[in-house]
Amino acid sequence: MSNAREEKAAKIRHLLETEGPAVEENTLGFNSGRYESVSKLSDYEELKTQARSIKEDAIERLPELIDALTETVEANGGTVYIADDAADANQYIRSIASENQAARLVKSKSMTSEEIDVNEALEEDGVDVVETDLGEWVLQLADEAPSHIVAPALHKSRSEIAELFNTTFDPDEPLETAEELTMFARKELGALIEDADIGMTGANFITADSGSIMLVTSEGNARKSAVVPDTHIAVAGVEKIVPTVEDLSPFIELIGRSGTGQDITSYISLLTPPVDSPVVEFADSNTAFADREDDRSFHLVLIDNGRLAMREDDELRETLYCIRCSACANSCANFQSVGGHAFGGETYSGGIATGWEAGVHGYDSAAEFNDLCTGCSRCVNQCPVNIDIPWINTVVRDRLNHGQDDSRFDWMYDTLVPDEESGSIDLQKRLFGNYETLAKAGSATAPLSNWIASQGPVRTVLERVAGIDSRRDLPKFKRNTLRDWFDSRGGCQIAPSSADREVVLYPDVYTNYVAVSRGKSAVRVLEALNVHVTIPAVPESGRAPLSQGMVSTASDRASSVFAALAEPLDAGRDVVVIEPSDLAMFKREYEKLLPAASYDRLSENSYDVLEYVYGCLENGGDPDSLRSREIKVAYHSHCQQRTLGLAVYTTAVLEQLGYDVLESDVECCGMAGSFGYKSEYYELSMDVGDRLKDQFTTDDAQSRTVVASGTSCGEQLDSLLRRSPTHPLELIDPI
Amino acid sequence: MSINQDNNVTDFQQSLAALDVDVTYTAPAAFAETLASIVQGETIGVPLPFDSISQPEWIDTEVTPAKLNAAQTSVTPASLGIADYGSVVLDSTTDGAEQISLFVDLHIPVLSAEDIVRSMSDAVGHLGPKLRAGGSSIIATGPSATADMGALVKGAHGPKDVHVIVLTDETDGGNNE
Ligand code: SF4
Repeated sequence: MSNAREEKAAKIRHLLETEGPAVEENTLGFNSGRYESVSKLSDYEELKTQARSIKEDAIERLPELIDALTETVEANGGTVYIADDAADANQYIRSIASENQAARLVKSKSMTSEEIDVNEALEEDGVDVVETDLGEWVLQLADEAPSHIVAPALHKSRSEIAELFNTTFDPDEPLETAEELTMFARKELGALIEDADIGMTGANFITADSGSIMLVTSEGNARKSAVVPDTHIAVAGVEKIVPTVEDLSPFIELIGRSGTGQDITSYISLLTPPVDSPVVEFADSNTAFADREDDRSFHLVLIDNGRLAMREDDELRETLYCIRCSACANSCANFQSVGGHAFGGETYSGGIATGWEAGVHGYDSAAEFNDLCTGCSRCVNQCPVNIDIPWINTVVRDRLNHGQDDSRFDWMYDTLVPDEESGSIDLQKRLFGNYETLAKAGSATAPLSNWIASQGPVRTVLERVAGIDSRRDLPKFKRNTLRDWFDSRGGCQIAPSSADREVVLYPDVYTNYVAVSRGKSAVRVLEALNVHVTIPAVPESGRAPLSQGMVSTASDRASSVFAALAEPLDAGRDVVVIEPSDLAMFKREYEKLLPAASYDRLSENSYDVLEYVYGCLENGGDPDSLRSREIKVAYHSHCQQRTLGLAVYTTAVLEQLGYDVLESDVECCGMAGSFGYKSEYYELSMDVGDRLKDQFTTDDAQSRTVVASGTSCGEQLDSLLRRSPTHPLELIDPI
Repeated sequence: MSINQDNNVTDFQQSLAALDVDVTYTAPAAFAETLASIVQGETIGVPLPFDSISQPEWIDTEVTPAKLNAAQTSVTPASLGIADYGSVVLDSTTDGAEQISLFVDLHIPVLSAEDIVRSMSDAVGHLGPKLRAGGSSIIATGPSATADMGALVKGAHGPKDVHVIVLTDETDGGNNE
């Protein structure tokens, strides 16, 4: 392994061992809580659509809303400061602190304040800054960074916190239980809040019409921070503004559910500062609230720090719709294993953090963890504002590829990988991105190529130069491809004239060159249902280069694929796809890569192969023509197949044919295309895979036949279990 | 009350039950007695704005910071209840309703059954004009809570318990918990 890869692997290994268990337990809890909570909302999809359109509109009208908000807040008696960047914001906040001769500032949790490092800035002036959110306070005492945008100390176990408190405070009785720790923190922090001079909060939303800030909390510390001291500073990104109070409603319903899986958090504060509530002046402890004459001051510090530039960036703009709920972190298999200390940049963590970090801190910060998004797309349906999070990761990866300046292997790329990429992309990425070229060459020279590739010295070179982990088996290329076989049997055995339907079976690279048997099964299954099949030469879908962030290569592939399929589509043929990641290209990513009409035509007429079988059976196809067996299977569907809502068809077909199906519900198998082959991520990939292994080795599952729809899922299951998986098509193949 | 409103009242009760939050429905005539059976220790509050009841004088409404810290229970009005969520809307006032509802161990929001709305968007619809007029409100659902210390604990910075009192219509009568 190269040094950089070894360093990365070592860091991940360390986090897997130290923080992994707590991160896993907590994120899995949030994740299942979210599924349960949103399932109770009859209008979940509608609320997401509403939320999305409110944010789209707000960002579109942002300059106008900033003006309107400024006017409202000033009319309410507050001030607004628009800070260009972190330094500007901090300078302003420091000046307020010094005008108020503030000795202590109490803070509620705010990621935006972390982004600008305001604590450090104030501490330089001698201000005692106290985080009052219990999790943030723990981190402040431990001098650690948040590992999650909603539950910042989620990587710390109760016993670690107990040890931290006991060492720091040396209480008479050592603290142990969560209850004791919480009550201790409440008391300590309560006293610190009592004589604070300034309260600082963030804002989850700000309404331009009323100048109100909305805070989503459960502890009550934000309420105390905002109303106890007479001076309130709210720090928020400019993207937090929505036009009206009424716009808040869908967000109130979605944010808690999407985050920690609570229907609603204990407190949704809707404060219109400066608030009417009396200042709680403990130094003047005996004056009744009703008798006070308070003159509260309120400062709203709106942070640009790159956001207005993101708004102008067609690809990054969507990031500004993010409400920072954390669903994309909790639903991410890699995040569930390592948490935000690996899957995060300077401030933000989780899937969308790539967009935030690229926008506010720059591409170097995004580069640190961008590879951890495998593009599995599990987060896509979980995002309450429908952000295409994998796409943002892909775009940033693409920009990083082209910004990199490492030309050591240029000579190798040009001979090995004829792609469309300019600049010098990491060889590992380029190798995986050009999988089709390798597969063609490998197949043409099989079995020699397989033998060479499996030899120790070759694996060593592959690992050292390209970072392909030698603990993985490499796919074995077949000399006789699916298309060769199909031609040699004389094509389809159902004549078009007597067929019920006609389809193009898409010969994805893996099926054509490696897993040829599942392709043969597909042909026989479709023929059994009286479908005429053709298998024309169609290029690789572009999935391989796209997953490496090679957008222009992927885009070129998309055009070639469409060119190859346009005529059959015009002739009324359906396109049937075996490999879910390729189908997902046609149905999701091609929207970004093809003209709208081409995308519509291809995506509307493309089907998952088992979805197609299901449709044939529903339309009078004879189930007896397929192989039905009353056996028990353990089925793992593919991430992208689930995102598209297509996994149900495989289960339905298998059940109709008498199979007893147990389905996995882990977010991902951990292999995710090329990810698990990369030496720096091998251990993470296996750790993610362990969750699937656990589900498939229970008493009920361990004797079941293992079935998987995706190529890489199959490879991963093969290495996780003693049993080798099979494809659903091979189960129902009538041969 | 209309059938719709009856449904709201029932569903509000169910939502609170699901959250494990106590709720007592009481006719105005029985309010003082009911309240007295729920409060614990020193009790503070703000004047309750409901015509159907008179303010029990044993609730200390001359609240100071010292009393805020010493009290165990507070009684404050809620302007709305939200049936779908079991939430109450607590409006901020110059005499400190916001703080009084927050610093104690047991908070008792008092609400008129008439003011229970169906949904979050209904509630936000009521809040729009109030916030635009400069008001502030808290949508509070159950007690203060945290899971930051490794398990769910009630009473992080705010009340450990919430007990909602709903004033039913005089004619409906009854005192059903
Ligand atoms: S991108 Fe979507 S899912 Fe992720 S934190 Fe933002 S709003 Fe939540």
